[in-house]
Amino acid sequence: MSEYVLLQDYHPGRTTSLEKYRRRGGYEGLAEALRKWSSAELRQVITDSGLRGCGGAGFPTGRKWEGIRQDAPLPRYILANADEMEPGTFKDRLLIHASPHMIIEGMILAGYAVSAQKGIMFIRPSYETQARIMEKAVEEARQEGYLGTHILGSGFDFDIKIHRSGGRYICGEASAQIKAIQGMRPRPDKTFHMVQHGLWGKPTIVNNVETLAFVPHIVRKGGAWFQSLAEGENNGGTKLYCISGKVRRPGCYEAPMGTRLSEIIEELAGGMLPGCTFKACLPGGASSSFMTREHYHIAMDFDSLKAVGNRMGTGAIIVFDQNTCLVGATLNLIEYFARESCGFCTPCREGLPFTRDLLRRIEAGEGEESFIPLLKDMCHFMTHAYCAFAQGAATPVHALLTFFEEEVREHVRRKKCPYGTTHRWPGTGIEDSCRN
Amino acid sequence: MTFDDLIKGLRKQISETHHPRELAIDVMFALQNRDGYLTDRGLREAADLLGMTLLELEETATFYDFIYREPVGKFVIHVCDGLTCWMFGGEAVTDYLCRKLDITVGETTRDGLFTVLPTACIGYCDRAPALLINRVPYGPLTPEKIDTILADLKSAAFRTNGERT
Repeated sequence: MSEYVLLQDYHPGRTTSLEKYRRRGGYEGLAEALRKWSSAELRQVITDSGLRGCGGAGFPTGRKWEGIRQDAPLPRYILANADEMEPGTFKDRLLIHASPHMIIEGMILAGYAVSAQKGIMFIRPSYETQARIMEKAVEEARQEGYLGTHILGSGFDFDIKIHRSGGRYICGEASAQIKAIQGMRPRPDKTFHMVQHGLWGKPTIVNNVETLAFVPHIVRKGGAWFQSLAEGENNGGTKLYCISGKVRRPGCYEAPMGTRLSEIIEELAGGMLPGCTFKACLPGGASSSFMTREHYHIAMDFDSLKAVGNRMGTGAIIVFDQNTCLVGATLNLIEYFARESCGFCTPCREGLPFTRDLLRRIEAGEGEESFIPLLKDMCHFMTHAYCAFAQGAATPVHALLTFFEEEVREHVRRKKCPYGTTHRWPGTGIEDSCRN
Repeated sequence: MTFDDLIKGLRKQISETHHPRELAIDVMFALQNRDGYLTDRGLREAADLLGMTLLELEETATFYDFIYREPVGKFVIHVCDGLTCWMFGGEAVTDYLCRKLDITVGETTRDGLFTVLPTACIGYCDRAPALLINRVPYGPLTPEKIDTILADLKSAAFRTNGERT
């Protein structure tokens, strides 16, 4: 059995206490790093470990940290991104619930590595319980001298604040998040570099909470250990895979980075629901591409998915069965994206509602053959948007037209959705065939 | 806590912060809790407290899903319309709720108790179909569970009578 790192003490509904976290070696890494290492040495350890950002982009964490220049002004900020609004993703919720101190220790270490003084966790409103858990844990950490001035007798000062979001998808984007914290209308802004002029114009590092949670473990056990956890070459650590959709046991599971999709579905999630067969999945949330049966055994890591033109994203796997209409699924995603668009640039503000309208008409049986090339044009058009949002939104549409064009054409030909109303609500008497 | 205490508390919090604007959302949430939704008066008070213009704060307030610039019920039901919930009958959940409460999406029941709003994926895909009521998640939902939840909230509302939860 593979090793659990992030979810080592996970019991559903229970939060690891400070005492228990310390019994498992918690805060030892911090004490050791503060005693023995300079911030440059700590950055080197993280760079060597090969840790990559778990928020979606997979950018090497050490390299991100190295982005702050030695002579950059103070104060500097660490943002722990717990906005997590990518559909299908709920790993941060689980992780905060399971082990808040692990994230706090990770934030302090990140702070030490880049000489930051302040950490802010940005958390979405639907995670109010988790926000309270974090606030309680931060207070405990303060009492114990892990936060505040002269942490553990060192010369390092650092404190953490929990920032509640008003709730909007785009706040997950780093530059929009900075604006949100500053009380401005959050829209992506590419006019500044985060590592130079981030929050309040000061150097800022934005890391996903899963990424930060790995840091104390790497500090304690080393980069070689971290790499040994993963499957395959060029991978490191474990990964929190969220799996939902037509599987028996939807949930968030920790498994070695590079675990095969088939293993995640069959072994961790208990296989497909009775009567359901695998048709496709989204491997990394709403902005990834539909993956067909052809890649059922693919290794779920950044490079393997990139090699087949897909994205690891947040590692949120949404599984569709033979009775799921993928035009309907794509329409659902585009409805979502059209609503969540911040409206700043034209390709996104205009492109998404237009795409939505075409898909709505196809799904309602009012589509025409000419809509297909039009949709393809729209996908291309949306790549010219200001930030990655519209491009991400176009990804499932593009995948629908690439891998399931016949399904789209069938909608047009038969002037109706061939699947009928597929998603009956279990328990309403008219159950969906594969939920019995 | 009286209204004055609330404002005093917020003023103190703001005075202790290096960047008052960082508290914009918290202040708006606090005034929203006080009045049931973020009223024009509340927005003005928030702008004064934070040293922001009304326009600056308004453009922030109207951006967010969980800041209500119009009256809402005592219980705001955010039904998840994310992809996974959609696969498990999310649309039927909304229909059922609206029928049961005799309102359409975006409306509030006549007794002022419930408002139904659609919401982007709430991050409870392992419990689809799911919804949030005043930020508390419920799922996986069945019609029976919804009936029970609504009945419990109704009786809780009668017990507390006027006090916002």
